[in-house]
Amino acid sequence: MRDVAVVSYACSNVARDASHNETEMIVPVLHEAIEKSGLAHDDIGFVCSGSLDYLQGGPFAFVAGLDAVGAWPPVRESHVEMDAAWALYEAWVAIQTGEVDSALVYGFGKSSPGDLHEIMALQLDPYYLLPLWPSMVDVAALQACAYLEANDATERNLAEVSARSQRNARENPNALRKGDVTAEEILQQPVTHRPLRDADIFPITDGSAAVVLAAGDVARRVSKRPAWIRGIEHRMEAHGLGVRDLTRSESTRAAGAAAGVAPGNVDVAELHAQFSHEELILAEALGLDGATTNINPSGGALAANAVMSAGLVRIGEVARRITNGEADRGVAHATSGPALQQNLVCVMEGE
Amino acid sequence: MTDVFTAHHVIEYPGGYTRSVGPVIGRFLTGLRDGRLLAVRLDDGRVLVPPTEYDPTTSAAVAPDGDHWVEVGPRGTVQSFTWVSHPRPGKHLLDTPFAFALIRPDGADTAILHVVDCGSADAIRVGSRVAPRWRAERTGSITDIEAWTPLGDGEEPEPATLHVPAEDEQPVTGITVPIRLEYELTAGIATTRYLKGLGEGKIIGGRAPSSDEVYAASRGTDPKSGEPTSVEVEVRDTGVITTFCVVNVPGLSELAPEIPYVSAQILLDGANNTFFGLIRGCPVDEVHMGQRVRAHWADELKPDHTSIQWFEPTGEPDASYEIYKDYL
Repeated sequence: MRDVAVVSYACSNVARDASHNETEMIVPVLHEAIEKSGLAHDDIGFVCSGSLDYLQGGPFAFVAGLDAVGAWPPVRESHVEMDAAWALYEAWVAIQTGEVDSALVYGFGKSSPGDLHEIMALQLDPYYLLPLWPSMVDVAALQACAYLEANDATERNLAEVSARSQRNARENPNALRKGDVTAEEILQQPVTHRPLRDADIFPITDGSAAVVLAAGDVARRVSKRPAWIRGIEHRMEAHGLGVRDLTRSESTRAAGAAAGVAPGNVDVAELHAQFSHEELILAEALGLDGATTNINPSGGALAANAVMSAGLVRIGEVARRITNGEADRGVAHATSGPALQQNLVCVMEGE
Repeated sequence: MTDVFTAHHVIEYPGGYTRSVGPVIGRFLTGLRDGRLLAVRLDDGRVLVPPTEYDPTTSAAVAPDGDHWVEVGPRGTVQSFTWVSHPRPGKHLLDTPFAFALIRPDGADTAILHVVDCGSADAIRVGSRVAPRWRAERTGSITDIEAWTPLGDGEEPEPATLHVPAEDEQPVTGITVPIRLEYELTAGIATTRYLKGLGEGKIIGGRAPSSDEVYAASRGTDPKSGEPTSVEVEVRDTGVITTFCVVNVPGLSELAPEIPYVSAQILLDGANNTFFGLIRGCPVDEVHMGQRVRAHWADELKPDHTSIQWFEPTGEPDASYEIYKDYL
């Protein structure tokens, strides 16, 4: 295995970007990530992105994103119709092949132009589920209900997660929902998707993020303290919601075990929990304890969740804290699919 | 920039999106048409409903017929639920508030996601007993069950009305699902600038400060370098046909002229990219690469693509291949 590290990260989120098209929106973030990486644009060996055409309702909409990369002379490039955390996985594999020594990974998406919760019904089984149009939040609420029932937990457990998220997010310029709130205050708010309140549901976010990966000596040359990827794995479980045990995430547990989350301290973890109960399920699956691990110090996806980049943001946020010395070892998680169907776990360390 | 253009776009599949369902799902849907809930017993003994073509744990194939097909329900138990207080018109089965629930039919080991019509959120809990409310007219779709309804102690589920098969009735092989999504799209700064130019009879392009290359109808960046095309540049409405195609297929779009017509890529004077246009004003078999053309503007200019109706030959001598060879 080659040593591969995150050497730079950039992110931008807003609630609604009504001024820029997607290409215009991602330009500053890509340029910031490349500039911070210390690598020349032309020296980056591979480009991989994650986006979702349905967000803007056009086929091959991601192609326009390449206009922001600068793709002439032709670049080695790929795209996944998934969160860009999976694009990062592909880039990591590309570097492992030895063909390239560095990669630019980016994800972008505007959730505001359409009805995101409804659009996400299109990822469901088209025979049994789509004709009923359960929204993304409805599906999550079914999981939340099952989780609370099985664990004898209450809406207060959920409110504690969302309150901590909002408090953590206060320091994060890319967070949309933040504030000095308590679980008690959140419990005063109305339940919108039983058992979930608005505070338990990610805010609609337009945004993008970019990461530069570099191998071995290249990483050491451009970064004082690269965030080395010690393990990265993803696992997936059955699509049918009624087939799975929704009260736990076996795919996250398996990915975490394979990526090597244990043994060792986890100083910081960024979990791609788009709903409060997901953080509880994920922390349990990864064996993380809030007493010893700083969970979602950025506020997590409850603070901002630009669909298709928010998983990559988790990796970027952990890497940033390793590079600046706040943490020595961290875990990042990304999810895709309904009710935590697919999960990716990335373990990073400083030297 | 405050006055960026937006547009309301709709994605819709007229008549619905048609899918083949295959023999396994088809058998389940045929069962629904008959008013029965069919399930399959997997190799490990678990009873799977709704059935899939594969065992969700082992991926082993599930045969479309055999004695592993069993009937389950119609009574079922709610495993989890959420409340939908604002049903989506045209999408949800009910127009009054309802619950989505995972329901495990009696005799099954898995749950089916469906709608429960129980009046209020307080009338459902985990463990509630429910039964299907069948439609009278059934087509072989998951929506043949209009909703599930609460079942009191000892209460008998209402049976499905008898399905009287037509003489030539076949098993269900397909479904049609209406899909409609609406968007409020932003044109962005560069495209808005370009569209406003069309409304003034101008073709606006842009270039990056670091480059001399001008992009007509820029989307906001120099695609070679990725730099923003922040410098606004007007290009001419004359240019050279770089390549073209004679269209003999009718009805490609509502805006398309009568066939045959010519679609072309045009290298506008002052631009470093090609621009799409229709060619008129000469017989289609006289259109050729290198031909000089000029935009024919509409009498009424608007900030959209209707302002340039087509391009027509100027009669000037052809451009040399050297001029446009890098734009093919």
